[in-house]
Amino acid sequence: MLMTNRILVFLASTLLFLLSFSAYPQVTEVSGVNPETKTIQLALDQEPPQLDYMKATDAVSFFITEHLQEGLIRKNARNQLSPAVALRWEMTGTSVTFWLRENARWSDGEIITAHDFVYAWRRVVNPATASQYVSIMYSIKNAEAINNGQAPLESLGVRALDDFTLQVELESPTGYFLELMAFLLFYPAREDFTEAQDGRFGADVENMLFSGPFILTEWVHGASLRMEKNPMYWNKDSIEINAINIPYITQDGAARFNVYKDGKTALEGGLVGLTAEELEGALNERYRLRSVSDGSVFYLGFNHSDGHITANKNFRKAIQATFDSVELVNKVLGIASYVPGKSLFPIYMNGVENKFRQEYIVPEVELNLERAREYLELARQELGLETFPPISFLIDEGSTGPIVSQYFQSFLKQNLGLDILIDVQTFKLRLQKTDVGDFDLVLAGWSPDYEDPFTFGELFASWNVNNDGFYKSDEYDSLVRLVQSTSNQQIRMDAMGEMQDLIIEDVVILPLYERYITYVQDPRLSGVLFTVTGGSPIFTYARIQEEQ
Amino acid sequence: MLVYILKRLGTGVITIWFIATATFTGMHMVPGDPLTTERGMTDNIRENLERQYGLDKPVIEQYFLYMGNMLQGDFGLSFTEENRRVNDIIRESFPVSATLGVLSLFFATMGGILWGALTAIYRNRLPDIIIMFLVVLGISVPSFVLAGLSQFLILNLNQTMGRSILPVAGWGGFEYMLIPSLVLGLSTMAYLTRLMRSSMLEIANSDFIRTAKSKGLSTQRIFISHQLRNAILPVITVLGPSIAIITTGSFVVEIVFAIPGLGRYFVQAVAQLDYTVIMGTTVFFGSFLVLMVILVDIIYGFIDPRIRVQAAK
Repeated sequence: MLMTNRILVFLASTLLFLLSFSAYPQVTEVSGVNPETKTIQLALDQEPPQLDYMKATDAVSFFITEHLQEGLIRKNARNQLSPAVALRWEMTGTSVTFWLRENARWSDGEIITAHDFVYAWRRVVNPATASQYVSIMYSIKNAEAINNGQAPLESLGVRALDDFTLQVELESPTGYFLELMAFLLFYPAREDFTEAQDGRFGADVENMLFSGPFILTEWVHGASLRMEKNPMYWNKDSIEINAINIPYITQDGAARFNVYKDGKTALEGGLVGLTAEELEGALNERYRLRSVSDGSVFYLGFNHSDGHITANKNFRKAIQATFDSVELVNKVLGIASYVPGKSLFPIYMNGVENKFRQEYIVPEVELNLERAREYLELARQELGLETFPPISFLIDEGSTGPIVSQYFQSFLKQNLGLDILIDVQTFKLRLQKTDVGDFDLVLAGWSPDYEDPFTFGELFASWNVNNDGFYKSDEYDSLVRLVQSTSNQQIRMDAMGEMQDLIIEDVVILPLYERYITYVQDPRLSGVLFTVTGGSPIFTYARIQEEQ
Repeated sequence: MLVYILKRLGTGVITIWFIATATFTGMHMVPGDPLTTERGMTDNIRENLERQYGLDKPVIEQYFLYMGNMLQGDFGLSFTEENRRVNDIIRESFPVSATLGVLSLFFATMGGILWGALTAIYRNRLPDIIIMFLVVLGISVPSFVLAGLSQFLILNLNQTMGRSILPVAGWGGFEYMLIPSLVLGLSTMAYLTRLMRSSMLEIANSDFIRTAKSKGLSTQRIFISHQLRNAILPVITVLGPSIAIITTGSFVVEIVFAIPGLGRYFVQAVAQLDYTVIMGTTVFFGSFLVLMVILVDIIYGFIDPRIRVQAAK
């Protein structure tokens, strides 16, 4: 008995000891939306990996940064470009001038100047920074050369004419350059502060300086974050939300949804969407579901390189003539909010005056089994084959991969007698195998970097690193070069209309679906902005109503 | 005794070195690397990144560099949480997991010893049958089912009562720890119950119990100072590794209850191929496990004099 006592005492004291040093700040509010304090509460699927926004690459870091920082231009409540740190701008050919407002301040009270942009942009293209998304800046003069270590940092095409005038020189006319200004890689940073952080810029609250509508006041790694309205923000009077609390971080969607149901969060599914099982549960429990495009287009990628059957155009045409994206979305995936894929260019993209897809109609592809079999026979003869060997279909375990690949497996066997071997890999390994071209078919997706059709159109230029299937066509390449050479919208869009036709005609890829995310939101909350690029969902313009 | 401890510590260090080397080798044999992302990179951007993370050096050089840093207690920077040192990740999240773990071990040991003793006393009678049925359930129901189910029950409880009785998830005071620690400790409790039961039964038939009985000692006295004390030995043996396993966190319990512990890093790091975090967590866990096993062996000596005598020889 004595021994059990000792063990008891030991356990109890250890417990007390540990409890004492896990004194966690309890930031949890009573409810997800608090109309009195104008505070909202959210859950995240992961800790923001990189709040040094000049190096960030992931959705969670984008989301947090969107609320903490601001660039020259931002998306307003109606999702249009509007003045932010810049009051006005002028673009002529390859030269862009921004005139900055004189009352934009950093959170420590200092004025944001044109020099802060020059410093930040140079830091992004500096090879020592190793910023992964830097290629988005290559439209600025000498950016690529500097990043390749072939030109000095000072030769970057950006200059501060005075404290409030910023001049940018471009490599070539870039029709979407202003769109880019809302992207976090183009945000300002102050040299004295950034350099003083000894490589830890963005690592903790005290290593950060804020230019946006909110400031980060608390960050317990892996556990919680709290953002409060920035008292130095030039437009602070237009912000209604006083604080955004994030006391829950878990990758388990079901757990986050349970927290929402418990009334502890204001919105769920805004970053990654609710899963199919949660959707079913939510429908049964009569939650009001909302859905919004997350911008991405998913497609079946073909390997166009030599030695792969999929390099044969008639073979690809055979698959195209039997595939029905409406059936895939409605019957197989059964996610009503997805839009069946018709084109590489998604329906929300703007053209010259209207939506791109209204101005440039996608060529109709006829579903015809007879024709498909003729194409296949042609392919067989061209390839000199007796029968077709099995085709590999590379997917990863996540998301819709298994369902989509099994659907292809069954209908291609049934209609064309083709054998598909599904190659299931972990996410990282799928990327690795895609990179080295170890596949015939691959389930791939792309989400836009900026709101212009070209973010999709440039994908299949032969030199593009994201051209996974190694598609190479002189005609396509020259269309891409044409778009890159002008900022005339009519010429650019016409060229992309031709790309759209070429993608169908050449069966470069097979569009599967445009992804929408489904989310739930506290009815007292309104004005949450969803965008297809950057840090969506944006709570900057949100309003809170009293109990209804 | 001192020589014995030193010897054990020596082999412990070799074990840890072996674990580190094996993990390092295995990790680098997996195709792909932590820098692989959905967005393609030009060769040049990739080179810049590799240079920054030291991945441009030959693997063997990386190994010696890593081992050198590790000897100085530096596990390096995480690849996924890019601004955080692995040391900080362990230092900040281990106490959370440990708190939860110790609490759940407390439940597990108390419950295990109590239920085990009870089932032994009521052998083959109704309490025994009911408890043993629950034990089988406790061992066989996986923790993700249990965790999800208990969260669902808390949610329903809160909704029925119209106010927050228990938090659904999150981390803070004791009310946040109660349910997760019970879920975490349940399978250990079930296991300990079975262990305790068989050990109690074995001892009930041994000579010294018969002697005690013939001396005319009360049943209570026999139970407490002879039966229980001896039966508890195997439980302590199991407890050492259990402490290491439970206090370093459980992936499932931590993600279901949104607990900022160390457990989630074990799984996420492998999925992300986050080299430094894989190494850091593995070496940390390995060292902790080795240390606990040594500690248990030493404590064992105090409880059971026979072992002490053997060790002294």
